[in-house]
Amino acid sequence: MAKIVTDVVCPFCGTLCDDLEVALDDSGEKILEVYNACAIGATKFLHSQAEDRLTRPRMKQEDGSWKDVTYDEAVEYTAKMLVDAKKPLMYGWSSTSCSAQSIGSELGEEVGACMDNTATVCHGSTLIAVQDVGVPSATLGEIANRADRVVFWGCNPAHAHPRHMSRYSIFPRGFFTGKGSKSRKMVVVDPRKTDTAKMADIHLQLEQGRDYELLSAIRIAIRGEKLPETVAGIPAKTIKEVADTLKSGRFSVIFFGMGVTHSLGKNHNIDIAIAVTRDLNDYTKAAIIPMRGHYNVTGSGQVWGWQFGYPFCLDLSRGFPRYNPGDSSSNDLLIRDEVDAVFTLGSDPGAHFPVGSVKKIAQLPSVCIDPHITPTSAVSKLHVPVAFVGVEVGGCAYRMDNVPIETRKVVEPPEGMLTDEEFLAKVLDRVKKIKGVA
Amino acid sequence: MAKITLTATKTPELRLEAENISPDIFAGKSVAEIAQLHVFVGKESQKLGDYFEVAGESGSTAANTTIVINGDVSRVKYIGMKMTDGEVIINGDADMYVGAWMSGGKITANGSVDAFSGLGMTGGELTVKGNAGNYLGAAYRGDWRGMQGGIIRVSGNAGSDIGTFMRGGTIIIGGNVDVHVGTHMEGGTIIVKGDAKSRVGGQMVKGEIYVFGDIEVMMPGFQYRKDVDIEVDGTEGSFALYEGDIGERHGKKKGETIYGQLYMKY
Repeated sequence: MAKIVTDVVCPFCGTLCDDLEVALDDSGEKILEVYNACAIGATKFLHSQAEDRLTRPRMKQEDGSWKDVTYDEAVEYTAKMLVDAKKPLMYGWSSTSCSAQSIGSELGEEVGACMDNTATVCHGSTLIAVQDVGVPSATLGEIANRADRVVFWGCNPAHAHPRHMSRYSIFPRGFFTGKGSKSRKMVVVDPRKTDTAKMADIHLQLEQGRDYELLSAIRIAIRGEKLPETVAGIPAKTIKEVADTLKSGRFSVIFFGMGVTHSLGKNHNIDIAIAVTRDLNDYTKAAIIPMRGHYNVTGSGQVWGWQFGYPFCLDLSRGFPRYNPGDSSSNDLLIRDEVDAVFTLGSDPGAHFPVGSVKKIAQLPSVCIDPHITPTSAVSKLHVPVAFVGVEVGGCAYRMDNVPIETRKVVEPPEGMLTDEEFLAKVLDRVKKIKGVA
Repeated sequence: MAKITLTATKTPELRLEAENISPDIFAGKSVAEIAQLHVFVGKESQKLGDYFEVAGESGSTAANTTIVINGDVSRVKYIGMKMTDGEVIINGDADMYVGAWMSGGKITANGSVDAFSGLGMTGGELTVKGNAGNYLGAAYRGDWRGMQGGIIRVSGNAGSDIGTFMRGGTIIIGGNVDVHVGTHMEGGTIIVKGDAKSRVGGQMVKGEIYVFGDIEVMMPGFQYRKDVDIEVDGTEGSFALYEGDIGERHGKKKGETIYGQLYMKY
């Protein structure tokens, strides 16, 4: 008889589904099946049980081969690397708990690091726009219960956030949305006919990279002013129709993804999308929510927000926090030769950064803390495997709408394995000893 | 006018943060004192003299101090940051934040400057003979006040996000510019003598933008008003006047709505 663990939180994407059920074998040590999760979430749980999983740190040798080392040796190398570097980069922080991020912040402050999270290549531009013009937002619970006009702009939740539409945005029958998807109008803005776009009532198939112009046109249409014949390849008539649809709803919401945050214009696209939301509030209730990726990238912005005042791209090298994406952002630092050591935790820049940046990581002293073997671990000098947060250790994570949710421990990690938090605490301790401050 | 010459002797391994290179800081200091001023490489504090040979003498005040920088300073940030008076001449390329938040005096870069130059400046004169990077005369992150006064003149091209949240002063670009010129502009003048890409004057509230060349894609929020014959920075010509950004909020003066003005040369 399998043991079922209920109300498990999924540590994969920013939707942070909290209704998973995990079946364990009689010993309670092995995961047999994951229910309610999407394919990606389920795989994350099952992958933690992979037989070829690394359980001890390993160091790259001169000939490129790997040699197993102890956690103590790994702590020593990491601490020394961070203390010796003039400007170390500490990147990642999105797939770990808030308490680990908090210890990481203390470590970053102690060694004068540049600290950055995955928002730098994701929703960082959203955070810049929010600083520029503010944000009218809502929780996903409000969306499920109230939203009758849903816009997906430059995102494809059918593939990237597979349960978003069924749990929160399109299908659920909420308090004021009793007919589920029938009570909602769905607008998708995407140059491609994605699986999400195929479900839409209106699909605006705009020209690539013309989001800013189209959003501006919607503002003009909301105000009832004159429009050019076409904007971004969309006829004025259709733009007016969309503006009227959004105005006529009882609650409109715009969800947006990397199609606008990292295409031409970046933060300005979000800035004007927020302006559209603000304009809509003259006629109805409207909110805007970013489709955050990693399950706790929002949390890392929150933690740094209350600790340093800035959500990403932190430069602590002078002993006080400075922030200016474009200068203190990871890729600019790497490509402009501004850092001399790289520490990665809870993310995979090797798979997502431009090749120029990845080459720099390969050339510099580098540490990768990750339960998986990744392109980043492959180019790093030291790879430290740790326990899976949300599977083998609990911890707080922030959902994409800034709601904190405590993830649950389901099984024990392999024997003798450290968690992110424990490893960071050991490194911090060692750094303080090396610097003579402890 | 007293002159201090800085000659770069060493290329920094990482980038050098040298906000002390300013007439305000150099004024009244001896050559030896200037060489002792700090520069930062990451978390390490080093001496200006480690990277530059310092010669000449400084004036008693910022106003009568000129700093001439020779050699490669393309990896040196913050030259002339927050300066209030005096002069800086850079004989070559410089890195980011040249003349950021400057309120007076004059900076001449005989090469190119990187991003964030003239950031939030309130006065003075920044002349760049080469190209300028992104965010020229823009606002610092989260600030709603970009350039508020003074003049920036670039002979070559400039990058994107020029004059974001600009509220006053003048930016003149001799060459072409990238996307987003004068986004959220609330005053001041931007003159582009070459071509502009898309998104000129997006979310613009007030102020003037002149474009001599082409705009790749016009913002939908600009409406043609009339043709005007005017002189712009010494060039006379016919311009088409557009007003916008119609989608943005706009104030009123004497019952008339005030729009941002975009002039395109025929």
